[in-house]
Amino acid sequence: MTVLEQPGAYRPTPPPGWQPRADAAPLLPDPEPYRLLGTAAAADISPDLLTRLHRELVRGRRYNTQATALTRQGRLAVYPSSTGQEACQVAAGLVLEDRDWLFPSYRDTLAAVVRGLDPVDALTLLRGDWHSGYDPHAHRVAPLCTPLATQLPHAVGLAHAARLKGDDVVALALVGDGGTSEGDFHEALNFAAVWHAPVVFLVQNNGFAISVPLAKQTAAPSLAHKAVGYGMPGRLVDGNDAAAVHEVLAEAVRRARGGGGPTLVEAVTYRIEAHTNADDATRYRPDSEVEAWRAHDPIALLEEAMRDRHLLDDEGVRAARESAERFAADLRTRMHQDPALDPMALFEHVYADRTSQLREQAAQLRAELDAEAADAGKGE
Amino acid sequence: MTTAVGADTARKPVTMAQALGRALRDAMAADPSVHVLGEDVGTLGGVFRITDGLAEEFGEDRCTDTPLAEAGILGTAVGMAMYGLRPVVEMQFDAFAYPSFEQLISHVSRMRNRTRGAMPMPITVRVPYGGGIGGVEHHSDSSEIYYMATPGLQVVAPATVADAYGLLRAAIASDDPVIFLEPKRLYWSKADWSADAPEQVPPIGRAVVRRPGSGGRRGATLISYGPSVPVCLEAAEAARAEGWDLEVVDLRSLVPFDDETVCASVRRTGRAVVVHESTGFGGPGGEIAARVTERCFHHLEAPVLRVAGFDIPYPPPMLERHHLPGVDRVLDAVARLQWESEWTEGSAV
Repeated sequence: MTVLEQPGAYRPTPPPGWQPRADAAPLLPDPEPYRLLGTAAAADISPDLLTRLHRELVRGRRYNTQATALTRQGRLAVYPSSTGQEACQVAAGLVLEDRDWLFPSYRDTLAAVVRGLDPVDALTLLRGDWHSGYDPHAHRVAPLCTPLATQLPHAVGLAHAARLKGDDVVALALVGDGGTSEGDFHEALNFAAVWHAPVVFLVQNNGFAISVPLAKQTAAPSLAHKAVGYGMPGRLVDGNDAAAVHEVLAEAVRRARGGGGPTLVEAVTYRIEAHTNADDATRYRPDSEVEAWRAHDPIALLEEAMRDRHLLDDEGVRAARESAERFAADLRTRMHQDPALDPMALFEHVYADRTSQLREQAAQLRAELDAEAADAGKGE
Repeated sequence: MTTAVGADTARKPVTMAQALGRALRDAMAADPSVHVLGEDVGTLGGVFRITDGLAEEFGEDRCTDTPLAEAGILGTAVGMAMYGLRPVVEMQFDAFAYPSFEQLISHVSRMRNRTRGAMPMPITVRVPYGGGIGGVEHHSDSSEIYYMATPGLQVVAPATVADAYGLLRAAIASDDPVIFLEPKRLYWSKADWSADAPEQVPPIGRAVVRRPGSGGRRGATLISYGPSVPVCLEAAEAARAEGWDLEVVDLRSLVPFDDETVCASVRRTGRAVVVHESTGFGGPGGEIAARVTERCFHHLEAPVLRVAGFDIPYPPPMLERHHLPGVDRVLDAVARLQWESEWTEGSAV
C-alpha cells in the first residue's frame, strides 16, 4: 500500500532533497529466459547468421573435447571446459566489431578463438609456457583473467577511455555465476552505470562455481535482476539458444555503442564437464541433472531449428564436423610440439628497463644455464 | 641544481602539497592522456587539496570524482591504461588503499610481464601515507613494505618540496606503475622553490646524499626516506654536539633500490642506521640492512642498526609520539654503533 492509498491519508512531504530517480520497471529482466529457436520468430533469423553459428558451435564443441584430451596427454596443465556453454562462447566471439574489446576469463578461450585468436596462443596460459600467449591489441582480446570478476573493472575503464577519446568502441566482459558474488562485480557494474560506459556484461550462469550451486551463491530473483540496483537493464536469456544469446548481446552492444550505457545479460546454461580435468563433478551433482541438460544441447537446438527451415541437412552437418576435425587435427599437431622456452625472458618484462637487482639476478640465471649446458655437453 | 641565474628572484616559500598539485597540473597540461581519478578529487580538490583546481581547469573528464570504491578506481584505471591513457589515481589515505590490493598485485604489477611487454601499465597511485598528523585509526599507516614486496611496482617517497614535484612528474611519465607515497606530515613543510625553474630531479631509482659527512672516524650513515628524512637531518645536527659526523642518505625510491649510492656512503663511513616509521619486523629496514651487509661487510665497523616503528598496530593519535622514531631514538642507535671508546684491542680502523 502506498502512502496515497492509505485510508484518510494526507500527503506527507518527502525528505528534503529526495527525488524520484530512474524508473525500475524498464530495467527488469523477462520473467523467463528469452528464447528464439523453436519460436515463430526463428523464421526471421538470417540464414547466414545461423550457418555461421552452427559452424562455430560444432567447431567449438570439437575444440573443447580436443583441449580436454590434451590435458590427458600432458600437453595442457589444466583445461576449464566450456562444453555445453558453446552458444554463449560463440555468440560472444561473433557479436563484436573488430574495434571492440573482449574481456574473457580462463573458461572463455573458445570465445577468443571465435574472435580470431590462434587457439595455440589462446591456450598458452593453460599450457603453462607463459601467462598469456598473445598481444591483446592484435584482436582486441584482453589477457585471460584468472582472479574472478577482476577483469570487469578493466572492461569498464577501457570502454570509458574509448568514449572519452571519442571512439565508438564497446567492451564485452565475460563472467560466471560465481564471479557475481565478488566485490569487483559490484564495483564494475556500479562504475559502468555511473559513467554510462559502453560496456556489456555477460554472465554465463552455468550452475556451478566449481562445486557450489547457484542457490548457495545468491538469493537474488535472478542474476539479471542485479542490474536494476545499478540502474542498468538486465536481460535474461537461454544460454543454450545461440541465436537468442546473439540477438540479446547484439542489442546490448548496439545500445552501448549508441550512447545508451551498459547492460547486464544473464545467460542460463550448464557446465557439462567438471570444473576442470582436476575436478570430480560426481561428488556434488547427480548424473540425471547432467543428462537433462544434455537433452537441451546448444548444437541440437540449433540444428533442429535449421532443419525446420531447410537450412541444414545431413550433408551440411557432415561438412561442419569434417571442418571441425581438420581444425582439431591441426591444433593437436601443433600442441604436441614442445613450446620454445626462454628462461631469460623471466626478467625481460618485469619493468620497461631492468633494475640493477634484476640485472644481477639475470646474470646469475645466465651463468646457471651456461653451466647446465656445459655439463650436458660433457655428457655427450 | 640547474636553476638559471636570476630565477632565484621567483623562488618563494612553497609547501609540498602545492608542489604536488603543480606537478599534476603541469603533467596534465603537457600530456592530454594524463587523467586524475579518485574520491573527492574533483569539486573538492581532494581531502588534502592536492588536486585543487584541476577539475576546473581540465574538466571533470580529466579529473574525475569516482564512486567510493578503491578496487573499482584502480581496476578501471587498468582498463584506461589498456586503452592508452595515463591514469593518476589518488587513494585518500594509506589504509584506504587496501581494497585495491588485488587489482594492484594481480594486474597492475603483472600486466606488462603477462603480455610480454605488449600492455604496459603507466599508472601512478598517489598514497598519502604515514603518521604524525594526529589521525584516528586507519589514517596513519606506513604501508610501503606491502608494495615493495610486489615485483613490477616502483615505490617512491619524496622528502622535499623539490623532490615532490620532480618525482611526481617522473612517476607520471614512467611507463611502469609507480606507488607514490606522499608523507602526510610533510604536506605543509615549506621550501623556497619555483615551479618556473624547478630543480632537476634525477630519475626514479636514484638516492641522494642529503647531508654529507666529512668521512672522519666519528662518521656514520643514516639511511632514510619520506617523513623520516627530516628526523635524520635533525638528529645529524644534534649529533655534532656529541662529536659524531653523520651523513644522511635520502633513498627517494625504495624500488628500484639504489644500492650504489647507499653502499658508497656506508663504505665511506663504516657505520649505518636505517630509520623509518614502518614496523621493524619484516619492514623495509631489514631488506636495506641485509643489502648493505652483503655488499659492505668488510667496510663495516658495527652491525647495521634499525630504528623503526614498533611491531604494533598504528597507535591512536594521543599515543603516536611514542611509536614514531624521533631524534632521541636515532641518537640512541648511533650511540650503539660500537665506537672506538667501547671497542677492544684489534679493531679495524
